[in-house]
Amino acid sequence: MAETLTYREACRAAIREAIEADPRVFLMGEDVGRYGGCYAVTKGLAEELGEARIRDTPLSESAFVGAGIGAALAGMRPIVEVMTVNFSLLALDQIVNNAATLAHMSGGQFAVPLVIRMATGAGKQLAAQHSHSLEGWYAHVPGLRILAPATVEDARYMLAAALADPNPVLLFEHVMLYNASGELDPAVTTVDIAQAKTRRPGRDVTLVTYGGSLPKTLAAAEQLAADGIEAEVIDLRVLRPLDLATLAASVARTHRCVIVDEGWKTGSLSAEIAASLVETVFFELDAPIARVCAAEVPIPYAAHLEQAALPQPATIVAAARDLVRPAS
Amino acid sequence: MNTGKLHLDHDHLLHLLREMLRIRLFERKCAELYQREKIRGFLHLYDGEEAIAVGIMQALAPHDAVIATYREHGQALARGVPMDRIMAELYGHVEGLCRGRGGSMHLFDRAHRFLGGNAIVGGGLPLAVGTALGDQMRGRDSISVCFFGEGAVDEGEFHESLNLAALWHLPVLFVCENNLYSMGMAVERAESNTDIHQRAASYGMPSEVVDGMDVVAVELAARRAVAAVRGGGGPYFLECRGYRFRAHSMFDAQLYRDKAEVEQWKAKGPIVRLRKWLEDSHVVIEDEIARLEAEIEAEIEGAVSFAEAGTPEPLTELTRFVTLDAVPE
Repeated sequence: MAETLTYREACRAAIREAIEADPRVFLMGEDVGRYGGCYAVTKGLAEELGEARIRDTPLSESAFVGAGIGAALAGMRPIVEVMTVNFSLLALDQIVNNAATLAHMSGGQFAVPLVIRMATGAGKQLAAQHSHSLEGWYAHVPGLRILAPATVEDARYMLAAALADPNPVLLFEHVMLYNASGELDPAVTTVDIAQAKTRRPGRDVTLVTYGGSLPKTLAAAEQLAADGIEAEVIDLRVLRPLDLATLAASVARTHRCVIVDEGWKTGSLSAEIAASLVETVFFELDAPIARVCAAEVPIPYAAHLEQAALPQPATIVAAARDLVRPAS
Repeated sequence: MNTGKLHLDHDHLLHLLREMLRIRLFERKCAELYQREKIRGFLHLYDGEEAIAVGIMQALAPHDAVIATYREHGQALARGVPMDRIMAELYGHVEGLCRGRGGSMHLFDRAHRFLGGNAIVGGGLPLAVGTALGDQMRGRDSISVCFFGEGAVDEGEFHESLNLAALWHLPVLFVCENNLYSMGMAVERAESNTDIHQRAASYGMPSEVVDGMDVVAVELAARRAVAAVRGGGGPYFLECRGYRFRAHSMFDAQLYRDKAEVEQWKAKGPIVRLRKWLEDSHVVIEDEIARLEAEIEAEIEGAVSFAEAGTPEPLTELTRFVTLDAVPE
């Protein structure tokens, strides 16, 4: 009997299960306890599991992320919740200079089995300082594994895999996905955190995306299908290390590729993917690789401006159609 | 070694002198090797501050966590990290502590719970808060000792870390090595309040000022502080006041301070003071110190030979350990 739940509920269930299963696991972050979580992910968990396992921290990103690293070094398996990727900039030193580097820099003596969860993305009219998609920045750094669950199933099961990873894992939850509903296949009880997944097969063009852009990309694929263009939609799931093999195999069949990435286009993850595809399957391409990204602007507050700045089904459709049926 | 009361007897005092001399003579050798380009990159030497590392280490247990800065040769040696492995690391050889990946600023030794070696001023404090948190949650009676310079007290991470440690009553000993200069920045030009330890009071944290040139004073203060922390008293802040005899690093022309000031401090340095006290009070015989120095020089020569005979890590291993297959136990 398939369970239907929201992405938020899936995240909550994953956290509860992890803490109940392993005494080394605990979660800390701002307002995760008594407030119930900024996005209500941890609502009720502090009452259920106790305030030692669901710890409210002061507003000190650098200290509590660094403390998560230290606790991991001391044998715990912490989940640090940074309220949003926007605030993670305050902890960049700890993430990049400590979490990502200690294993290599110490010659393999110390692992950092830390999970950092962050909300990310735009769409709620929260303006420039609260609307970043910086997963691409973090995907730049060796030593980090970057996850972007886009489905209820991945929200439910990626956390366990992340906690089992001996290395630091950053897990990005797009804010527009929390209310999304989905069914959990009862036959699935674990997921990998290595591979991309084809969410919709197709033969005419490959649409590569991740996280909050998945629903828009699937919607675009439906519109394209009505127009006789069958798009293959691939959900990256893991932003570092990228599953290039899955992407390359798809492009080898469709010969056309659009990358949908909510980060700004310049120096983005989509640029990395495009370059990697050119390096590996250049001779399979029948058209340039197209990218649909955020406009080169700080994300604005006004609804119409914000929507214009972000990837949309219409812009994805247009980009795909241009590749398949270029205007002559 | 670290339990019970402090006995200022012959053996212990000689031990303290030996530990400080080991650091001083090791650093001298490092300076020489740097000139000969055997050691490269950044090298930050600890001359003048030996009493701090040595005094603090007397009070620690093997299962305590030690986190230090890029000027950490002294802490590493005093902690018991093997000198030859340190030297091989400085040479960038695979026999080094970190396979040559870290160099002088990033000494790590799992066997001695020595967690670096951090090149970002203030960057180690959150780590120490974390190791203390982890140890506390796992029910261990370990404490975490965090060394940092007075420059670190200006970084946001310092304030965040002290607040969090105090708030959660964590077993952290914060050791501020106030050597009066952050690189070229004199403390009175950087601090609105030069009485560094007073910051701890803002977080309800007990603190003490210690003469960082007096190894016995440091040890006494350390034992008191460690007992308090290990006994569940929460974090403690020790401000050890001392001086750095050498430049900030091998690149520093020391334009910001007078040679006369340096000489004044050298005259009341930790080794000079202990030596004089031992000689004046006839606790040690002149011969003993000479023998001590000879033993240390032999140890240093052995470490250099070990490093010289070392090998670079194969290039094929460059990407090894970016991520680990398992958490080392």
